[in-house]
Amino acid sequence: MKRRVVITGLGAVTPLGVGVDALFDRWAAGECGILDGAGACTDFEPSELLSVKEVRRLDRFSQFALVAAAEAIGGAGWDGELPYDPFRAGCVVATGIGGIQTVENQLDIQRERGAGRMSPLGIPAQMSNAAAAAISMKYGLKGQAFAVGSACSSGAHAIGTALRMIQYDDADAVVVGGSEATLTTFGFGSFNAMQALSVSGISRPFDARRDGFVMGEGAGMLVLEEASAAEARGATILGEVLGYASTSDAYHLTAPEPSGVAATKAIELAMADAGVGPDEIDYINAHGTSTQLNDAAETAAVKRALGEERARKVPMSSMKSATGHLLGAAGAAEAVATVRTLQTRVIPPTLGYEVPDPECDLDYVPGEAGPLVMSNGRPPVALSNSFAFGGHNVALVIGGAR
Amino acid sequence: MATVTAEQVEARVVETLASFGPDADQISRESTFEELDIDSLDLVELAQVVEDDYGVVLKGEDMKELKTVGDAIDLIVSRAE
Repeated sequence: MKRRVVITGLGAVTPLGVGVDALFDRWAAGECGILDGAGACTDFEPSELLSVKEVRRLDRFSQFALVAAAEAIGGAGWDGELPYDPFRAGCVVATGIGGIQTVENQLDIQRERGAGRMSPLGIPAQMSNAAAAAISMKYGLKGQAFAVGSACSSGAHAIGTALRMIQYDDADAVVVGGSEATLTTFGFGSFNAMQALSVSGISRPFDARRDGFVMGEGAGMLVLEEASAAEARGATILGEVLGYASTSDAYHLTAPEPSGVAATKAIELAMADAGVGPDEIDYINAHGTSTQLNDAAETAAVKRALGEERARKVPMSSMKSATGHLLGAAGAAEAVATVRTLQTRVIPPTLGYEVPDPECDLDYVPGEAGPLVMSNGRPPVALSNSFAFGGHNVALVIGGAR
Repeated sequence: MATVTAEQVEARVVETLASFGPDADQISRESTFEELDIDSLDLVELAQVVEDDYGVVLKGEDMKELKTVGDAIDLIVSRAE
């Protein structure tokens, strides 16, 4: 029998503020963190949250991850003392792009002053595993620590990877999540060149007027623990990672395969992994990017995976309507919000959704937050989708605390 | 090049090290890099500042011998003369 994996800590840095409360409470209240066409973490003051050394040595993406990890670890009650053999505690932090601001800064220095004036901190700050390394060092996590990367599904892949690490007895606890900080010259320039970003600057997933995604930044982090160990130490259980699966479209570098066949398969496999059927899914946290192709393909995939009748009954909302697209952090920050949804029984809305699109015909929770309605008094279950450039599809099935 | 005094070098070294993390009032000639949590990456950055300001090139093998802030100041002053 598989080892069960519970969630004992949550942390977030998002355009809605620093902390999970800022993310969830503001999103549920219908507030949007997008300003001037970008979801920037304007409330994030590194010098107030991190030491001088941490600020200097860490790219913004690692700073987000470290702050979100501190919240998650504090919430799990690990502060000061690791409740596990350090070699049984790991850290997986996803990023789609890594420390791109560092790369840009160092290239400026290289061009203006020569290669000899580039910082020795350039590579260690930009490397994709920098956030995992920083968290591992700060908290003495001596088990497996690394980054995973799959563009916009990175954060969900990280959680799936951590789930397997604990299930397969390679670890008893994993600090896991994703982080991204790409509101840079390269980030805007490159996504604009692809014509992927919203021209209107509005993130309105599933709405007929949607015209591209709004780039955001931030991090989401969770503490996962093997269930019996977490219970034995008296941890507060916030939820459970029930299932995970991942597939690839093998179709196009950036466009999702329109019928959503591979995305459907990911959802079906994740439900099978969790041992739940379509009737047991109470809420779907959509990938919902606000691009024409994604939102239509995701809708098609959900309908095929759950069956049309069931799909129409399950509320599905997109956090990206409130934060923009956190790219490699999206799957993790959205998993954090999903856990909160299961805890509070409040489903935050898809902001800005007003004009229906015939291709997007499900319940996207328009207007304002709605109640999470569960069948049969069991703990609620949610599906969280993530899809990515490269054609990667990840589905997570997350349960409420028993 | 204008003469560089030990006091000038000390002030610049302390200012630079303080920007890496430790409080300036924690830093004295007797402070070891270890106790200040100044590592080899920090020392490379210090060497870049020193080269810019004093034209003194410090290589990895020079830095390896340095244990205290005073060691670094003395080395820079001797090379600058």
